[in-house]
Order: sequence, then structure tokens, then C-alpha cells
Amino acid sequence: MSKKQHYKITVNGKEEEFLAEPRELLIHTLRERLKITGPHIGCETSHCGACTVTVNGKSVKSCTVFVAQADGTEITTIEGIGSPDALHPLQEAFKEHHGLQCGFCTPGMIIRASKLLEEIPNPSEEEIRFGMAGNICRCTGYQNIVKSIQAAAAEMNSAKEAAE
Amino acid sequence: MIPAAFEYYRPKDMTGVLSLLGEHGDNARVIAGGHSLIPMMKLRMADVPHLIDLQGVGGLDDIELSANSIRIGAMVTQHDIIDHNGLASAAPILREAALQIADPQVRYMGTVGGNVANGDPGNDMPGLMQCLDATFTVVGLDGERDIPARQFYEAAYMTAREDEEVLTSITMLIPAGGYAYEKQKRKIGDYATAAAAVLLTKEGNTCKSASIAMTNLSDIPVYSEEAGAALVGSSLDDTAIKAAVTAVLGDIDPSEDNRGPVAFKKHLAGVILRRAIERAWSRA
Repeated sequence: MSKKQHYKITVNGKEEEFLAEPRELLIHTLRERLKITGPHIGCETSHCGACTVTVNGKSVKSCTVFVAQADGTEITTIEGIGSPDALHPLQEAFKEHHGLQCGFCTPGMIIRASKLLEEIPNPSEEEIRFGMAGNICRCTGYQNIVKSIQAAAAEMNSAKEAAE
Repeated sequence: MIPAAFEYYRPKDMTGVLSLLGEHGDNARVIAGGHSLIPMMKLRMADVPHLIDLQGVGGLDDIELSANSIRIGAMVTQHDIIDHNGLASAAPILREAALQIADPQVRYMGTVGGNVANGDPGNDMPGLMQCLDATFTVVGLDGERDIPARQFYEAAYMTAREDEEVLTSITMLIPAGGYAYEKQKRKIGDYATAAAAVLLTKEGNTCKSASIAMTNLSDIPVYSEEAGAALVGSSLDDTAIKAAVTAVLGDIDPSEDNRGPVAFKKHLAGVILRRAIERAWSRA
């Protein structure tokens, strides 16, 4: 066993400091150490995307990052983009358009979609499907996931126009 | 899926990286995006007692364009390649290939340097770089040296880079003419069952130059000089394309795996190469 090291990461705006072995996977840090259980463990082999979080502005599968690599980074999880009282437009749209069935993939889907809409505010269906290709829904509810993202994009764009 | 324990280092410069590599020899590995290495460490197929992270080393993530050449730092990610409009207009085949690698999350992390240095026959960039006749620059304690991509690969995961060296950049001339990176895969995120990188130039209706390389059809990428030569001087008629396919089939050496038996891979290599040639020609 290698020695525990001191790490500092910022998760959803809150600075977290702790001791951990460098080999700890970021998903385990989030779920087991920090009790941030929105990001899920699906495959744990970087295929399914259920563990997706945003690290320094990039969508990342947190099962394929060591905590040591994440030292000093800023991380956003599903918990950081909305709350039960103030849902993010994507959360609202997934609820409204049945973008989830069992819901297991949903935190990863929504956090990935939030980054996609930052990069492409008004994506075509094809752009959504290509941009969400790193996230798997084993209920296979892709049609409604696409619809939800389209609806959220429309909502966010009209809110932005109204603000301008 | 917990890897064996390791010591982690994040040196601030290449001198620090090289001195750690010198100290720990083949017990040390550098990590860039980690999306090939970390899965292997989790499966305990790679044992890395000393892991040296390159993220703190500056100057490895630039894309530099000059009038006739391109330099890509080793830590440039697949996402950076796709995102760089100047690069996409100078060498659109890079974006076309990068878009066919893995999925969005992996492309944010996966680097071009890692992709070419790892020596995994499934990686797409090695064949592409051979097609482009790129040069890899590696640095060691004795200084820098340049290795042509076409001479870099020796066997699966075995390359001309020494254990104590680090690949720092990739340079190439801006390619002219038509291009295509054609890849057959079972699903998004998969490695190629077969892939072909093709660059063609034409004069009138005659093929003036041709460069062809294949991915995941041998334990190393396959640059086929003979396949290119079969096209040069022709008008890309069926006979010429068939001759190029025959040449490639003579150069590849696929093995049976969960992507199919050898006969299927050979058939597919021909289909994919033909598509790549036709697409490159239509753009030339």
C-alpha cells in the first residue's frame, strides 16, 4: 500500500480536503468519501457514462480518473446544477418528457447534456445523439432523452433571449 | 476494479519527468490522459509502481500551424483536435479521424501523444500519422530525437521509444489533396474492426500521389507503399483500386478476435479501403 496523500478538490463549489491513496478512483472519492452519490457506478470500465462529472470544464468518466490526477481541480456533479426546489432546466425537461425510466443513467446523462448545451446551445438531433454517445441507457429510453435535451435547450435559449 | 498501489508524481517540468524515469526505469510510466493506461491498471494487466503525471509539465498542449507544417503537442486531446478550426482546415483528416475515436468523455481526456506512443494496434492515430508521414519527437536524458511514424512501431506495445524517453510532439507537413479516414467499428467507442487512412492528390484525372495506411489489421499499423504505388498514374479506375486492395491484403496480418475471423477482416479491409479511396478521390 502506498502512503496516503493530502488532496484538495472543489466539488460543487465546496472545497474538500482529505487524505487518500493516489490510486483511489474519483468516483469512489465522490461517492464513498464525500457522500456525493449522484454520480453512479454502472460499468466501472469507462463505457457507460453513469459516473460522468464535469472536471475543469470537461465531461469526464470519474471511474477512469485517479484522485491524484484530480487534485486541485473543480468538479461539478448532478448535485451542483440544481436542487429539488430549483431544478435545472435539463432536470425539469427530463421530468416533463419522461427522459428517464429506471433513472440509473440520469445523473450522468444530465451532467453530460449540461456540458453539451454549453458547447452547442441549439443542437440538432444528430448532434445530441453524437454528443451523448458516451452515455448508455439500458432501459434504452434514448428517444425521450433526446426530446428532453431538445426541450431544455429551447427553454434555456428563450430564457437567455428574455434576459437580453 | 482497484489497481495495485503506486507512487504518484506530478513534476513541473520535463527535467523532473526524465529524472524520475531515469531513477525508476521500467518500474515507471508516464500518464497523459490515462484512458488506455488506467483501464489496464484497473485490470491489473499493467503494473506501474511509479506513475508520472504529465499534466503539470507546460508546453505540451499546443497546436502550432505554420505556412506548410503542423506541430501538435503530446498532451493535445482528441477534443482539442476536433475543436481547432485552423487545424481542421489545414488537415481535415485529423478531425475526421478524431471524431471516430471513442466517445465525447474519452476524447476530452485521451491525448494524441498517448494514442501514438502507447503502441496499441487498435489506436487510430498511429496509422493516420503513418499516412501523413508524420514525425514523432521524443526526449530523453541525452536530448531530443526525431523518429518517423513509419519507423516507430515494432510490435504490439513495442515502439522505437526507449523506456526512459517521453514523446513530446508530432510534426507533419500540411497535406494536399483529398483525404479520408474510414473506420468500421461495432459500435461507438469501439476500436476499429478495420480502418483506412488515405491521402490522394490528382492532376487532371490522374492520381499524382497516394498514401495509404491501415489500422488494427496487424500488431502494428500498416503503411502500404505498394498500395499507394498501385494508384499513382491511374485514373482510379476499378483495376487500380483492385490492385491497391490486393497490395494492402498482402501487407496486413489480422488475427481472429471478438471482432471476427481472419477471412472477415480481410474482406472488410478491402471494403473499407475502397470506400476511403473513393471518398478521398471525390475530395481531391
